[in-house]
Amino acid sequence: MASFIQLLVSGLATGAIYALIAVGFTLLWQTSQTINFAQGEFVMLPAFFVLAAMNFGAPFWLAALIAIALSIAILGVVFKLIIVDPMLKHGVLPLVISTIALSLFLKEGAKDFYSSQAQPFPALVPAIDLHVFGAVVSMQSLVVLAVAIITVVGLHLLLNQTRLGRMMQATAQNATLARILGIPVRRMVLYTFLINGVLVAIASILISPIYLAKFTNGETLGIAAFLAAIIGGFNQVRGAILGGIILGVLDNLSAAYVSSQYRAAFPLIILIVVILWRPQGLLGRVEERTV
Amino acid sequence: MNRLGAIAFACTIVLALVLPQFLKGYGIFLLSMWAVLSVAALGLNLTLGYAGQVSLAQGAFVGIGAYTAALLMQAGWPYPAAFVCSALLCFGVGWILGYPALRVQHHYLAFVTLAFNTLVFLVLRNEEWLTHGTYGISGVMRPVLLGWSTGKPLAYYYFSLGMMALVAAALWWMLRSPWGRAFVALRENPIRALSLGLDTRRYTLMAFAIGSSLGGISGALYAPLVQFIEPNSFALALSFNLLLMVIVGGSGYFFGPFLGALIAVLLPEWLRVTEGYYLLAYAAAVMLMMAFFPYGLFGMVERALRAMRLKRVPPAPTLKAERTRP
Repeated sequence: MASFIQLLVSGLATGAIYALIAVGFTLLWQTSQTINFAQGEFVMLPAFFVLAAMNFGAPFWLAALIAIALSIAILGVVFKLIIVDPMLKHGVLPLVISTIALSLFLKEGAKDFYSSQAQPFPALVPAIDLHVFGAVVSMQSLVVLAVAIITVVGLHLLLNQTRLGRMMQATAQNATLARILGIPVRRMVLYTFLINGVLVAIASILISPIYLAKFTNGETLGIAAFLAAIIGGFNQVRGAILGGIILGVLDNLSAAYVSSQYRAAFPLIILIVVILWRPQGLLGRVEERTV
Repeated sequence: MNRLGAIAFACTIVLALVLPQFLKGYGIFLLSMWAVLSVAALGLNLTLGYAGQVSLAQGAFVGIGAYTAALLMQAGWPYPAAFVCSALLCFGVGWILGYPALRVQHHYLAFVTLAFNTLVFLVLRNEEWLTHGTYGISGVMRPVLLGWSTGKPLAYYYFSLGMMALVAAALWWMLRSPWGRAFVALRENPIRALSLGLDTRRYTLMAFAIGSSLGGISGALYAPLVQFIEPNSFALALSFNLLLMVIVGGSGYFFGPFLGALIAVLLPEWLRVTEGYYLLAYAAAVMLMMAFFPYGLFGMVERALRAMRLKRVPPAPTLKAERTRP
């Protein structure tokens, strides 16, 4: 039971990070039909921004802010202007290829221009273990969980309680109608790219103390984000959150209790089951087809 | 256009037959790789380009084909039998993979096939009793066919080129049969195709099965070419690469995959001058190609030719309604 609680808490922490990544992923899909195959590398990169800023002598908190700003500028604005905008009108597939190439580009860039070695990354909190009901829970997991929850709640409030958020939701649901209603659709789409920049930077700062900053980190994270988004529901933010948490918990539990060799297979099997049984995802809406 | 195309076609054939005579070992290897991967890309072009079913699992079928052929040959089977088994097994597995496509489309289908590819990779890596895991299978022999040994690089090149030509001819014939028309109808508008009495269910499964069996054939040619196979060769990267070939060449154009495969095989070699940065340069080149030729190189050429023809013959004044007709 004690080990179960331990696994559950660390699974929830991982799942919360997956959820952040998956939420950004679904936001891009909803507003601009961008399937971002480089999302994993988007999470890998800000950690290197932090390290680079710290090499210039910035304290950790400042480096983290710089990384978030750079992430918004490069992974948000530049990504949208240079890669997404010119190709969106040609359909989904060329953009898919392009983001796959972008993921390779970012990975190789981090390797060639920073380091091919895993870099130690400053922890957010000192390594203290808490004892709860006989289980050992690391402080780090709890902080990760707390930051992720605060971020998601903040995003939820932004999307549902503000005028801006409502305008973004309208854009996601029906861009043409939103434009007729006078919503500046293009700016709303840009905002979702900025939000994605913030989310991946936060995820990066949360996950790098655990995994170290390494150029290959994006490979597993990107796939995890896709799976979370699809399991939960591609067109719902809360679906992505649910999917991320299911995935994180399941990953930890299955590796411990079933088979560590096939731990990567369980999320995929769930994915196939969900798609066959409920293609729109656990919380998703059915998208209607046109003839 | 037709005369131009015929001349280009003839030149390509002559070049493919004569050029290897002047190349050294590695050049011949690259051309053989082009022929082998073209077969897999042709299959993906059928599934994706003609029938419109997104698949990110073609690399897995190359893997299944390669492992089937290698294992059966190690068990003492003659190469032709192992070859046919590879194709049949991939046909069957591809048929099963088609079932999800009956329920979901587009990006969902992309992720199901992506998941399938990773599952195949995990099986190849973890089931050591069958596949020798990460050690892979080494010493795959090149076959002797009707007394003709394909052991030498040049001989194996001509063998793969011949197989590629056979597959391409069969595909060409199939695309001009009612089946080919049905596949295109499936891509253009599945619901309308259904309402016209087309059995879309059967054709969707068929598109997957035939495309996958070409992946298996490609794998059965791949194993004797490299003579050493291991699971990592058939991970997602290969599927992405095959998708790249189809899109860069021009998805839905018959000759697209040949050109795409040529670029995907040669581009990394050309970029070796950038030394350590060659993957970086490769990624940048792919992004540029996608930005400038989103419909692939053949799509680009066709658009350019159409634009030229329109300029030569100024359109007769027509009613506005007629001009806006697609």
